[in-house]
Amino acid sequence: MGKTIAEKIFDSHRVDNPFGDIHVIRLDSVFCHEITTPVAINDLVARGMDRVFDSTKIKAVIDHVTPAKDSKTAMQGKILRDWAQRNNIKDFFDIGKNGVCHAIFPEKGFVRPGYTVIMGDSHTCTHGAFGAFAAGVGTTDLEVGILKGVCAFHYPESIKIEIQGALPAGVFAKDVILALIGKLGVNGATNKVIEFTGSVIEAMSMESRMTLCNMAVEAGGTCGICAPDITTVDYLWEFIQDEFASKEEALKKYNEFTADSDATYTETLSIDAATIKPMSTFGYKPDQVRPVAEMTGEKIDQVYIGSCTNGRIEDLRVAAKILDGKEIKAGVRGVVSPASPAIYSKALEEGIIKIFMDAGFCVTNPTCGACLGMSNGVLAEGEVCASTTNRNFNGRMGKGGMVHLMSPASAAASALTGYITNSSLYAEGGK
Amino acid sequence: MKDFNGRVLFLDREDINTDEIIPARYLTEITKEALKPNLLEDLSLPDFDPAKDVNASTVVVTRANFGCGSSREHAPWAFEVNDINIVIAESFARIFKQNMFNCGMMAVELPGSDIQNLFNTFAGKETMLTTDMEKRSLCFKSDNDEVVLSFTISGFDHALVEADGWVGYADLHY
Ligand code: SF4
Repeated sequence: MGKTIAEKIFDSHRVDNPFGDIHVIRLDSVFCHEITTPVAINDLVARGMDRVFDSTKIKAVIDHVTPAKDSKTAMQGKILRDWAQRNNIKDFFDIGKNGVCHAIFPEKGFVRPGYTVIMGDSHTCTHGAFGAFAAGVGTTDLEVGILKGVCAFHYPESIKIEIQGALPAGVFAKDVILALIGKLGVNGATNKVIEFTGSVIEAMSMESRMTLCNMAVEAGGTCGICAPDITTVDYLWEFIQDEFASKEEALKKYNEFTADSDATYTETLSIDAATIKPMSTFGYKPDQVRPVAEMTGEKIDQVYIGSCTNGRIEDLRVAAKILDGKEIKAGVRGVVSPASPAIYSKALEEGIIKIFMDAGFCVTNPTCGACLGMSNGVLAEGEVCASTTNRNFNGRMGKGGMVHLMSPASAAASALTGYITNSSLYAEGGK
Repeated sequence: MKDFNGRVLFLDREDINTDEIIPARYLTEITKEALKPNLLEDLSLPDFDPAKDVNASTVVVTRANFGCGSSREHAPWAFEVNDINIVIAESFARIFKQNMFNCGMMAVELPGSDIQNLFNTFAGKETMLTTDMEKRSLCFKSDNDEVVLSFTISGFDHALVEADGWVGYADLHY
């Protein structure tokens, strides 16, 4: 019987099958950040087991609150920093070199097709874009992962999402995933891997695939996953060129981690790309979605462009295209956070940062910051934010604040008018 | 093994997320104890006052998709330091459920009809739960009513409860 991508990865990483469908798998990477790792570190120290299973397979970053905003966040950073040093973790990214975990780790080539990755962060599902099994876990799983390089999961069942055709102008990966979460519901994919296929995915950049996979967890999914292809190989080439004689060879190897045509899925959903419109959320749950056109007129106080969902270079490019030569509406606060230093410098080089600044945006350093309401743009009670992030929970960006999730294009267009607005790119496409 | 008995707190909404269980602003804490006063602080439900209702209870009964959102294990910890070791729901988000068992706590799933029955019979009344791990049964009691329900727990989850969590289990086996 054929296998899904996730099944193939599990079968090549199994260490133990202690009960029923519980599989303990070997980990290729354990990612760490300063919010969920310190308690694991402290526990390891207290248990006299302050060591790591393989210092080259552990990657760590201070990203959620950086620079530290108070003594407590400074201490979290310090615990991670000291631990990385003690344990000889070379791939540790501190201030000046740090960025949002799910942007910086893939950019460094740390995720490869067929890999297994865990992190104490629910949006670890992002890395499935590379044809990897990457799952968010809690601190206990993280602690065991750090110490032993293993993690237990149910053998993965997958949902197949086929998106055929071509996306209309002004419609992006973010709109696709919002529309899909609207269809699946916030627990429609619980305990499942979401495998994305179809011509739309094949045509997508790695950045867009990451945006797509990033929000799999908002439908309850364990991981979003895209089959590795030449786009994946191109993206990774600078990191893998010593391993393979040619890109074709790399592709051949990575083809091991594509799904068989007779693989079994619990559900298959086909979506015609032409029917997808620019989408926005309207409530406190990510499955409460509507076309932006139906939200038009809703007043906003802040626009936030950034995060592990949409803080990458192609996101900034799209927003800049809309903002170029214009100014954001008086009374609206614009905050943009390039998700990594590499993205920041690319945006500087391309003149994008200048466009944002001339438009009246505040450009922050790469960090999670406002996305989880911890710093750099927290909302006041009763305020509304048009945001390119991934969670609109009540209070997520500040107690009493309302977050509407949308694409960078829609967020930029909304910044110009002061209310939720379809981007000009969409209008152009419709002509 | 932890204690899975006591007074029941009913939370009558589905999709209660981990931001509502413990808001992100408390994620800067590096001890579990520090989370104690803030459990469910941002959850707004009619007839629910976190300041009063949390302290008196050691069991939670709630609806579907409990614990969705962020992976923060601070959510189970915030329950644990408040002596709430068992949450009973129609369903859970994957990471939250795993985190509960990883801490040696219980996340018990019951059919929607059983959950509805519990809400109908007991919500708003003083209700006590007695858990029988051997018989796999839950006995809910108020002054006037008693409901006994059976539950299932997977072999792995049961092993985690017995080992007081994944750290203990993994130390023995890997
Ligand atoms: S950007 Fe937001 S969603 Fe992404 S890792 Fe940071 S806090 Fe989490």
